[in-house]
Amino acid sequence: MTSYIIRRVLWGVLVLFLVSVIVFFSVRLLPGDPVLMFVAQQSSGSGMTEEHLEKLRIEHGLDKPVVVQFGNWIKGIVTGDLGKSIRYRTDVASLLTDFLPVTLILGLISVVISTVLGVFLGLMAAIRRSTWVDTVVTIISYIGLVIPVFMLGFILIYVFGLKLGWLPIAGYKLPWVDFGASVKYSIMPVACLAVTPLAVTARQMRSSVLEVNNMDYVRTAWSKGLRERLVVTRHILKNSLVPVITLLGISIGIIFGGSVIVESMFAIPGMGRLLVQSVFNLDYVVIQGGTLIIAAMIILVNLIVDISYGWFDPRIRYE
Amino acid sequence: MSDISTVQEPEVTVPPRISEWKRFRRIFFQRKLVTFGLVVLVILVLVAIFAPLIAPSNPYKNEMSQSLQDPSWNHLLGTDNLGRDTLSRLIYGARTALYVGFGTVLVSAVIGMILGLLAGYLGGVVNGIIMRVMDALMGFPMLVLALLLAAVLGGGLQNVVIALAIATLPGYVRLMCAETMSVKENEYILAQRAIGAKGFRTMMKHVLPNAFQPSLVLITTMLGNVILAEAGLSFIGIGIQPPGVAWGSMAADGYRSLASHPLLSFSPSIAIMIVVFAFNMVGDGLRDALDPKLRGTL
Repeated sequence: MTSYIIRRVLWGVLVLFLVSVIVFFSVRLLPGDPVLMFVAQQSSGSGMTEEHLEKLRIEHGLDKPVVVQFGNWIKGIVTGDLGKSIRYRTDVASLLTDFLPVTLILGLISVVISTVLGVFLGLMAAIRRSTWVDTVVTIISYIGLVIPVFMLGFILIYVFGLKLGWLPIAGYKLPWVDFGASVKYSIMPVACLAVTPLAVTARQMRSSVLEVNNMDYVRTAWSKGLRERLVVTRHILKNSLVPVITLLGISIGIIFGGSVIVESMFAIPGMGRLLVQSVFNLDYVVIQGGTLIIAAMIILVNLIVDISYGWFDPRIRYE
Repeated sequence: MSDISTVQEPEVTVPPRISEWKRFRRIFFQRKLVTFGLVVLVILVLVAIFAPLIAPSNPYKNEMSQSLQDPSWNHLLGTDNLGRDTLSRLIYGARTALYVGFGTVLVSAVIGMILGLLAGYLGGVVNGIIMRVMDALMGFPMLVLALLLAAVLGGGLQNVVIALAIATLPGYVRLMCAETMSVKENEYILAQRAIGAKGFRTMMKHVLPNAFQPSLVLITTMLGNVILAEAGLSFIGIGIQPPGVAWGSMAADGYRSLASHPLLSFSPSIAIMIVVFAFNMVGDGLRDALDPKLRGTL
């Protein structure tokens, strides 16, 4: 097990390095000079001389060769220094500590809800195969797979925000600032973020349960006269959960991707919205740091999933 | 203990010989939803091709006097804030959706399948390099990677296609690589080696045809996913730029008048949903028809 974990961790570090290479060099291809862009946006920009611009470039290390910039960037990642935002004029690291918690809280709630509910729905659909339960779950999971995230947002905003006026349609409050308000602000965004992973989980769970159902040990459990509840919880549920664990990494990817849209829609000050705005501001330092952090978190989750997979199913360790 | 000789032999029924194509067709059209999906897609393609003939008015023409009209005989789905006919814009939006969908899938499937074939067939260092890069690409959520690339390349139809193609590449590479590795183990490949066939010839003539079926299913489902992702990009304003018409940006424009004119944001969203659903259904039908083992389990 130890050697398996070590191998996985090393692999994770290698992939993370490749990710940082991709992020760095693709951002380097951005059209336009970021410093000029920034200056053009400032109203006082007209007074800028070439010397000022040069000073800004030196301040952000943009005057050095690309290879040196890359070296500095990697060194920065290791020491936790992700550079300085051109637009906000603060450290990207501290900017991210402001924006990241919002996305993480909403994301975490969405992952928990989508996984628990998805497992439950998938299980019910499979053990009541070809009944109305199965049909309802199948319809829900199809809707979840094909609905654009923003469309669910429109429906919710229209009904609960505009017509009934029950929920706020823009903004966010952190739970430790005002818990009640935070719950109200979270309901609609979480519903939008969770719907697709919920559908994916329910589908996977259903097919996984159907497969386990055909196993000899399930038949044995039935034939020795166990009650349905015991067969389902002890024998079917436990064994069909293993493939669903793998989905955690995918779910988190979908949720981070969705947060780009959802946070823009509900004006939530999180990572997704920050990224979109940084794209418009050509604030490449923030795009760079933000995408790197998101990718790093997904790689970390996948690493944990892989390791737990090896723990649940020892055959995998020896691959 | 029963006497062995009394055990009845199971009756062997020889299935009537039918051609592969007939069998495929029978299973494919068995489910009504699959047929529905195919019909929707055929209509969509026709609408996209004949958009200028079908559209009741010019989708680009601003007419401020006609802005934010409710549905009427002149404008079946009403008009947007610039007085443009919603139905006509929906019809032209089908072009964008299909162009992005097919363009992206064409680029990523071809490149992805070649890379996967090479990685699976050659193995070793080639496999290591290709698969590690794919692992890195998979570290990004599709929309975030597309956002990064769209930011780098700028908006516009072609760049959205490139961005989404790169973001969806790893799926094809992984699938093709896994299939190639399993096909490679077959005896007929060994036989090819034994008679001294060249590696490249074996790969193209014997491994590829036996390994690409699963990719076909992936391509169909990907078409739906790509159209969804493009809608997302256009929604946040990074995809198709005006005056180009995209369902995602129509939905975003409509958001501003959601309270008074919900149809403006709902109609493009529903269009996206139907099309993505249709692609998923056709994908399901293909999967069932190509691989009967998976029926009803996925």
